Amino acid sequence: MTSQINVRLQLSYPGFDLDLDLQLPGKGVTALYGHSGSGKTTCLRCIAGLERAGQAFVQINDEVWQDSQSNLFVPVHKRALGYIFQEASLFPHLSVLANLEFGLRRIARNERRVDLAHATELLGITHLLQRTPNNLSGGERQRVGLARALLTSPKLLLMDEPLAALDSQRKREILPYLQRLHAELDIPVLYVSHSQDEVARLADHMVLLSEGKALASGPIGETLARLDLPLARDDDAGVVIEGRVAAYDAHYNLLTLRLPGSTQHLRVAHGPLAVGQTLRLKVQARDISLSLDPSEHSSILNSLQATVISETGADNQAHVLVRLDVDGCAMLARITRYSRDQLNLHPGQNLWIQVKSVAVLV
Amino acid sequence: MTLSSADFAAIWLTLKLASLTTVILLLIGTPIALWLAHTRSRLRGPIGAIVALPLVLPPTVIGFYLLLAMGPHGYVGQFTQAIGLGTLTFSFAGLVIGSVIYSMPFVVQPLQNAFTAIGPRPLEVAATLRANPWDTFFSVVLPLARPGFITAAILGFAHTVGEFGVVLMIGGNIPEKTRVVSVQIYDHVEALEYAQAHWLAGAMLVFSFLVLLALYSSRKSQASWS
Repeated sequence: MTSQINVRLQLSYPGFDLDLDLQLPGKGVTALYGHSGSGKTTCLRCIAGLERAGQAFVQINDEVWQDSQSNLFVPVHKRALGYIFQEASLFPHLSVLANLEFGLRRIARNERRVDLAHATELLGITHLLQRTPNNLSGGERQRVGLARALLTSPKLLLMDEPLAALDSQRKREILPYLQRLHAELDIPVLYVSHSQDEVARLADHMVLLSEGKALASGPIGETLARLDLPLARDDDAGVVIEGRVAAYDAHYNLLTLRLPGSTQHLRVAHGPLAVGQTLRLKVQARDISLSLDPSEHSSILNSLQATVISETGADNQAHVLVRLDVDGCAMLARITRYSRDQLNLHPGQNLWIQVKSVAVLV
Repeated sequence: MTLSSADFAAIWLTLKLASLTTVILLLIGTPIALWLAHTRSRLRGPIGAIVALPLVLPPTVIGFYLLLAMGPHGYVGQFTQAIGLGTLTFSFAGLVIGSVIYSMPFVVQPLQNAFTAIGPRPLEVAATLRANPWDTFFSVVLPLARPGFITAAILGFAHTVGEFGVVLMIGGNIPEKTRVVSVQIYDHVEALEYAQAHWLAGAMLVFSFLVLLALYSSRKSQASWS
């Protein structure tokens, strides 16, 4: 069995062409990232069969859902998928429980791998079962929609910006559930988003879409650290790092995290965690400054030794984006062009980076 | 003096015609309305216009063309004669066909509005939850469009009860076969039986008011869903 998702799509609308050939991992979360109009939602709808691409091949692990060469088109209701729309789209004439059972009842007993109690507990909606969708908050609705999709025991979960319709407070409320889902269930997820923050939090793999084409497809850490992609020009350009807890300082409430493949550490303000646990971190390029000496007399907590790899233009004319290597771990720093010349930066140069802040994502 | 047995026969015939017409219209109007609500075909405009024609045409025009079509020399008439049914003009079956065409927009338009208001999303959601198209229709579309179905049934029934011109053109005035209430009232007036005409006309007035009252009161209570 090949644990892989293969998607080839060719579709033309007036003023828009979608032309994709993607090989994606058959597990974990893959983000389809791009600005509006990049074709990410259309791509998701084609994979689901809600939209019919002229030339298409869709294979999810060992199942082929669509192959235009052999005229195969499995209708949507026969594809083992869960689809989360931007708005939860619960059926207003049914109670929360009846909404949850809608899909569950249509699955053969021996194909059910997620049970009602588990799904409602996982998403924290057990107390809502007798309510009607009208009496739920936006975040609750989206969680019910997610549980409803999970109860069909899908072999692929398709999420179309499930957080876009929510305000930032609701987003924070639902993100932990998505992360739990990721950790507890072994269902591959394709996650459409235009938010780098969501992608950094949730995705293992990312596809960067622009005008119906895939500009890049690769593991999240590598892809975010590439300088040749438009991502480098985003204001919130940065890298995602998986750090492993090495120690906890209860007096100062600081967690010491070891960078992958490195003996160097990052210290972050955080509650206590067990040694050995991994944490996902985002380090923004704008939060890193460069220095030619270790500068021990500073309030900045994290100072790491690094090597300059390359540089490119950043979000505006005054800035450059520098890619650095910290013992095999890529970092990006956004500095002014002036500082670059003052420091006389060049590839291979060893220096110190100062990390002003680290965002803990998981 | 109250209603005569001929009056009761006319009332019975009218109710029979309106009920049968409503049932037929719900059956054929639903797929037409579904198609009109969801299609991207270029035929949507023309088909929608044809369905709406009875709203603006004088009933005598519809009756005239139906008379020609169903008569012994019309296409429909020749077909029904060929399969041994004779002609449908001046028969109850002919009246049903005429009523179905005449009341079509009153059933299709409320249904189409209801389906359009539901939109494609609940249908897509149902499909991603493994419901096949028939299943989706009965478990999602039908319950969500229920107010539309109630409106369509009431309007279709009431409009058929009020039919006069088409009946006169293709059904004539045959007691217990094609003489409906509206024609019976006309006959009473022609015969200067004003008292008789009052009873029937008054009954029609009360009936129509009650139907519309039911319709408009139920509309208010439907608002909670939308």
